[in-house]
Amino acid sequence: MTGPTTDDPQPPDRRRSLLVAGAIGVGLMAAVDEIVFHQILAWHHFYDRSTPEVAVLSDGLLHSVELVLLVAGFFGFADLRRRGALHRSAGWAGLLLGAGAFQLGDGVVDHKVLRVHQVRYDVDLLPYDVAWIGAGVLLLAAGAVVGARAARPERARRR
Amino acid sequence: MRWWALAPPVRNAPGADDVAGERTARLGPASVSHGSTAHVDPTGWLPAVALLTVLVGGYAATAVRVGVRTGRPWSAHRGAAFAAGALVLAFAVSPGVALVAPDAARAHMVQHVLLGMVAPLGVVLGAPLTLALAALPVRRRRTATALLRTRAVHVVSHPVTAAALHVGGLAALYLTPLYSRALAERWLHDVVLVHVTVAGCLFAWSLVGPERAARGPGPGWRVGVLVVASAAHGSLAKLLYARAPALPPGSPHSGEELRAAAQWMYYAGDVAEVALTVALLATWYRRGARHIGAPAVAGR
Repeated sequence: MTGPTTDDPQPPDRRRSLLVAGAIGVGLMAAVDEIVFHQILAWHHFYDRSTPEVAVLSDGLLHSVELVLLVAGFFGFADLRRRGALHRSAGWAGLLLGAGAFQLGDGVVDHKVLRVHQVRYDVDLLPYDVAWIGAGVLLLAAGAVVGARAARPERARRR
Repeated sequence: MRWWALAPPVRNAPGADDVAGERTARLGPASVSHGSTAHVDPTGWLPAVALLTVLVGGYAATAVRVGVRTGRPWSAHRGAAFAAGALVLAFAVSPGVALVAPDAARAHMVQHVLLGMVAPLGVVLGAPLTLALAALPVRRRRTATALLRTRAVHVVSHPVTAAALHVGGLAALYLTPLYSRALAERWLHDVVLVHVTVAGCLFAWSLVGPERAARGPGPGWRVGVLVVASAAHGSLAKLLYARAPALPPGSPHSGEELRAAAQWMYYAGDVAEVALTVALLATWYRRGARHIGAPAVAGR
């Protein structure tokens, strides 16, 4: 412990816990997408040759933001732990919301709007898109439920 | 069709392989670091060993002198970082590259990644400038410090300039005939490698240089430039993948080799981005700061 330690720990920082865990959620989901679907299953590639040029740049920007978010999220998390300011349920809510937001954004923006790549090729896409986007919606809903409970004052006191 | 219009790859015209083969044969000894047979000759390792000895020896001797003079030993962490960087640098110009890369295109990419991204991080974190300044006599140190504070140095070492030199240099290398010219002419090849190394060090220094921590643009700028530069690097890699073997223009490599090399470039860029972000945020974390650009919660 090298950080500044005070005798009375700060009250849990709900908002920062939510933000920091949200950043980790986005980064983790992106990592799952890349490792599981791009590399292990190889359903879709990091690039497919029918992609329009603007999408390549915007996808690149999105990807590099994800990586920075993941690293920044873990540093922010470590900082919250060091200060004793981590609010657990707000953190879980943030993680679920971040993961859901990425999944939904990837499914709608990357796959459907920008058409960077599709979930899988040479198959009927509909069930895959429904599962992809549905997973995002479910994660967001779970995050919203946990977040609503975290917002209640009696939960806040118990952390 | 725009220069980067992402059309399906053009099939090699009949006889294209012969032309490529002929070009490779003509390269001969001019492309030692790209050749796959270079590791047979042990003298090929001499320049790399000499480079490593000079870099690490010079650094260690200076560190010892500074330690004796100031009465405080020079940081072992910094020394280890610099030594690791120097080792990577030396390996990248040794025949060892041909041992890890299955073909000439990937051999080049290994050099690009090691010289431009991996080695600079170690070298910069080793704080060789701080060490050199500490070793100078007071009067000359003042001159050197004044030189470092000039507007020219400030402009060149701004993250935006450094990123433009770094990624822009790569774009110039891969999108123009420069790459094939460099394969044919040894001096140009060396100039390219030096540029990649220097621009990589400048970029890393502008972001995480210990001498720059208190000066230059703030963390927001640095993270922003890192994100944009990484995106540009990744997009360039995808472009090379999509347009192989038409890019780099006139290269002797096959489309398959070039696509594999482009993938190495893409994934190595990710690793480099994460490593630079960690180095950048570690400084912030160590200072015990309470917020990363989130002023809304700073008061809590």
